[in-house]
Amino acid sequence: MNATPSPPAPLPSAGEGNESLIELRDVTKTYGQGTAEFQALRGVNLRIEPGEFVAVMGPSGSGKSTAMNILGCLDNPTSGAYVFRGLHVEQLSRNQRALLRRYYLGFVFQGFNLLARTTALENVELPLVYRGEPRVARHARAREALDAVGLRQWEKHTPAELSGGQQQRVAIARAIVTSPTILLADEPTGNLDTQRSHEIMDLLVALNRDRGITVLMVTHEPDMARYAKRIIHFLDGRVSSDHRNGEKP
Amino acid sequence: MFLSSLLLALRAIRRNLMRSFLTILGIVIGVSAVITMVTLGNGATRVVSDQIASLGSNLVMVRPGQRLGPGRDSAGAPRFKVSDAEVIQTQISGLNAVAPSTNRSVTVVYGANNWSTAITGSTDAYFTVGNWRLAGGRVFTESEQRAGKAVCVIGETVRRELFGQLPALGGELRVSNFSCEVIGVLASKGQSAMGMDQDDTIVMPLRTLQRRLTGNQDVNTILVSVVDSSRTDQVMADLRSLLRERRKIAASEDDNFSILDTRQIAETLTGTTKVMTMLLGAVAAVSLLVGGIGIMNIMLVSVTERTREIGIRLAIGALEREVLLQFLVEAVALSALGGIIGIILATLASIGLAGVMQVPFLFDPAINLLAFLFSAAIGVIFGYFPARRAARLDPIEALRHE
Repeated sequence: MNATPSPPAPLPSAGEGNESLIELRDVTKTYGQGTAEFQALRGVNLRIEPGEFVAVMGPSGSGKSTAMNILGCLDNPTSGAYVFRGLHVEQLSRNQRALLRRYYLGFVFQGFNLLARTTALENVELPLVYRGEPRVARHARAREALDAVGLRQWEKHTPAELSGGQQQRVAIARAIVTSPTILLADEPTGNLDTQRSHEIMDLLVALNRDRGITVLMVTHEPDMARYAKRIIHFLDGRVSSDHRNGEKP
Repeated sequence: MFLSSLLLALRAIRRNLMRSFLTILGIVIGVSAVITMVTLGNGATRVVSDQIASLGSNLVMVRPGQRLGPGRDSAGAPRFKVSDAEVIQTQISGLNAVAPSTNRSVTVVYGANNWSTAITGSTDAYFTVGNWRLAGGRVFTESEQRAGKAVCVIGETVRRELFGQLPALGGELRVSNFSCEVIGVLASKGQSAMGMDQDDTIVMPLRTLQRRLTGNQDVNTILVSVVDSSRTDQVMADLRSLLRERRKIAASEDDNFSILDTRQIAETLTGTTKVMTMLLGAVAAVSLLVGGIGIMNIMLVSVTERTREIGIRLAIGALEREVLLQFLVEAVALSALGGIIGIILATLASIGLAGVMQVPFLFDPAINLLAFLFSAAIGVIFGYFPARRAARLDPIEALRHE
């Protein structure tokens, strides 16, 4: 895996005169065909600037998960454009999108998604393995990331030996170990109790504030959304509201 | 490049040790069966060629009828007579010894013991030609041969079966309807190329055998020993033209006799053993194939089971070919591991069985290497399909997989 392609940085600037980190232009997403056709997104326009902390809310089926998959370069829109730092993601191949994820994105999932029977340290190291980072540097960076989430002394433990909150911290450490541009969190507190949830949110806020990582978080808990600087609501495949936290929607 | 994939694969194997072991069992059995069969076959071939070498390297055998084997019948061809041997002796140069010989199966009796064996009637040249040495006593004299006296030289097996602890020399054997004095005992030669006991033999003067047992003047085989083995071809050509002339064969007709030298006999016999070895090896190779299918089966299960893991890897930014490589290396590591265990097992089994079968253990690096490479290749072939399936998973679907 050392034959990894070099990072696609610096990304070409589209020279369109905008400084947005992310821009969705009239994005639609359709699943199925014919009568089974389902329009998950019906023309979404969105701009996200560097350093933002955005909470994405909305009922199930509103299209927020689909939008997150597209923003996370896991899926391509049916029509419209997804511009990431001037790069048209919708025109990229599967492998090119994988490289974008590798070098610019970090993921945190509701179900933690750690590798079972694998220590916390090895889990955190995983993205660095795909980056072809040498072993020693990998260990150092992974320990640093575990330190940042307060789990330095748990590095030898496997997920089964950790609590839910600790597992999610390991997952966050894995997401930030590469110093990503954007951290995408899909219901990061969905499986946690209130106290753990607030701890995780504090951690995300700190990462956003201290490291300048742009955070995109899907949640349906208003309590958690309150930590974000900006809240976007989805409804029926469209953005129904988009406002700064504290402002009236 | 491979190192991290290999470590990853080894870890995955170790994580599921029991299942990994069961997965490679087919390969282990296949590899060890192939290697054991071929190793033992090589040992058997060596035994055959050693035995033929013990016949004497310069031996030429002349028999009536065409070559042994299917197709031609030697029954109609006229037999040789003692005179043929005498003419060969006088007319062809470069010969060490010429021994006309005839065989008979009989039961011999000594005291209360009886034993079924083969009697060869020949001249004293037979001992020279056949590389026989005496353990005791003497061979028959010129006058005993001319007179057709009832004397015999016995092989070690016959001596053991009839005399046991008793002294054999001077003993009177009852052969069919006459009695025969033991004047010599042959040194043991062991098993023959065909797996027969060469020491299970009795040799007496040809004339004695003809008069008392066969009742005719026929000679089954003329054994000829050549002084200089590099001249064997020349001697064989001379023999052929001499015999064609004596047997009045027209130029258009085929020979009604055959001349074989040790090399040809060796080739025929070792050829048979080699074919057997190959057949056994091929049968064993089928189990290797079955082992490969077992690996594919388990790898497919493994891919399904680890769908989530694959999803995580893809989300983190693993390329298709990296996931493919991961699972391919895992399959190859499994099958190669099976190959290594198979080689170890085969070596132990071959050493053990070689002892039981009384063939030498000949380690053949070529077949070991071949079996190992073949098992690794099976990993590539049968691991590719599951690996490709893993690599092509949709990360979103894979992450949702329970």
